[in-house]
Amino acid sequence: MSALIRVSNLSKTFAGGFTALDHIDLDIERGEILALLGPNGAGKTTLISIICGIINPTTGTVTVDGYDIIADYRKTRALIGLVPQELATETFENVLATVTFSRGLFGKTPNPEHVEKVLTDLSLWGKRHARIKELSGGMKRRVMIAKALSHEPRILFLDEPTAGVDVELRKDMWQLVRILRESGVTIILTTHYIEEAEAIADRIGIINHGRIILVEHKAELMRKLGKKELVLDLRHSLAAIPTALAAYNIELSADGRQITYTFDSNQDRAAITHFLDNLTAAGVQFKDLKTEQSSLEDIFVSLVNEAE
Amino acid sequence: MNTPGVKAIYRFEMARTRRTLLQSIISPVISTSLYFVVFGSAIGSRITQIDGVSYGSFIVPGLIMLSLLTQSISNASFGIFFPKFTGTIYELLSAPVSYFEIILGYVGAAATKSIFLASIILATASLFVPLHIAHPVWMVVFLAMTAVTFSLFGFIIGIWAENFEKLQLIPLLIVTPLVFLGGSFYSINMLPPFWQTVTLFNPVLYLISGFRWSFYEIADVSVSTSLIMISVFLGLCIAIICWIFKTGYQLKD
Ligand SMILES: Nc1ncnc2c1ncn2[C@@H]1O[C@H](COP(=O)(O)OP(=O)(O)O)[C@@H](O)[C@H]1O
Ligand SMILES: [Mg+2]
Repeated sequence: MSALIRVSNLSKTFAGGFTALDHIDLDIERGEILALLGPNGAGKTTLISIICGIINPTTGTVTVDGYDIIADYRKTRALIGLVPQELATETFENVLATVTFSRGLFGKTPNPEHVEKVLTDLSLWGKRHARIKELSGGMKRRVMIAKALSHEPRILFLDEPTAGVDVELRKDMWQLVRILRESGVTIILTTHYIEEAEAIADRIGIINHGRIILVEHKAELMRKLGKKELVLDLRHSLAAIPTALAAYNIELSADGRQITYTFDSNQDRAAITHFLDNLTAAGVQFKDLKTEQSSLEDIFVSLVNEAE
Repeated sequence: MNTPGVKAIYRFEMARTRRTLLQSIISPVISTSLYFVVFGSAIGSRITQIDGVSYGSFIVPGLIMLSLLTQSISNASFGIFFPKFTGTIYELLSAPVSYFEIILGYVGAAATKSIFLASIILATASLFVPLHIAHPVWMVVFLAMTAVTFSLFGFIIGIWAENFEKLQLIPLLIVTPLVFLGGSFYSINMLPPFWQTVTLFNPVLYLISGFRWSFYEIADVSVSTSLIMISVFLGLCIAIICWIFKTGYQLKD
């Protein structure tokens, strides 16, 4: 089956001359959760905004379910729900009215049961008659999610969904994302928090300076780029790293009782053996050891550095 | 056609109106009454009649137009400016609604409100002076065309304005003076020839003249000229809006 969203050769140069997206190609599969990972200013919001119709592209095309986002915007936009990065809500409206408004705006006939369900899922039903301006920031964000889900979208964009939200909302949000995914909704979220991508996504796309650096399944990404750390608890504390080990990428803890050796498990499968041999030869004894897969954060940093 | 979408926008805008309903009704009633007290009684006692119509009655169409224009502009400009200001415009731009449907919702609601207010002023005026409407159908046509045209104009201002100052600028500096100088409270025959000629460049003159004709069959310019002028202005607003949406001006970049 072909990709649900197909971004081809997409570029965006803003009126001021700044190029925020530089020839982006990206396929998003049906039913997946894709995390777009990149530092601030990478172009994540711009990319999403173009797919949703908020910003005009400079060149390139995007199709959603086979329809062009410009020529067939009615079809593509009806499929998409968007929760933008910035908190933006009506002020004087009440919760129920604003969510009902969103459903109508997206061309759906009224369905109070669905609206009730969405509000209930987001713990907003009790607040349905409250004016939005009276709600807390976290509650307002829930309202924005409810608006995006009001028209039963098949695709959900969450732009930095957990930036500055409380723990409870974060938990609720991930729960919701899982339920939505089970019902077949494709979810694209952006983040510059690595843990978020690691925790929830099927695939991760890394974007920096307006370019997609790579898109991989999470596990594949870990395997391909996985750095490992070997941590050794020493029997006797060291004042400095022995010169015989200077060639290795190691760090000595402040108290001199722990050594951390970072290596690339893909490039050198025998790395541990060699290192331990040399360690023994240098007369360093250890009482315990453990290896750790480095977090996606490290992968990300190394990727971004590599691309520069 | 995304009918639920148009309905949603229209209802949303009307709800905004409803929240300020009291203020929306009371202020035109009070200001209209004041105009009658000041102009009708004070000046009217000296002018008594213009073209066979008592001064109090003469100024009614102008008063209605004054309100219709300013209300259409302020409603429509505020309606689209506010989502830009709060950021909620993202939803409108990402929704499967066409430009025509967006206009239909916003401009329709703004025009509805200003026509409603015009009716209130008309009703208030009828308490002070005898009113005679010679051509009710034409009166409604002028009313509706003016409301739609100036709501479109307000919509343009709302998109163009980046801040509240700019939002107020054009209504305050251009529209209000044009309305006052466009013969709301006098016939241009009462002006010296030079100023009569200058006044002919004021588009508002044609609106008021045509509208007043529908009441009393007296006009500064011919009715067909009035209709043509308002159609031209309507066409101009439509053209500008088409350009705005085509280029994404102030919206999509
Ligand atoms: N309307 C705009 N005009 C000019 N530059 C913009 C505009 N919007 C965003 N940018 C720039 O484009 C770059 C990408 O922005 P954005 O897509 O918001 O990044 P991200 O969401 O990844 O943090 C940033 O450098 C930003 O300053
Ligand atoms: Mg962003």
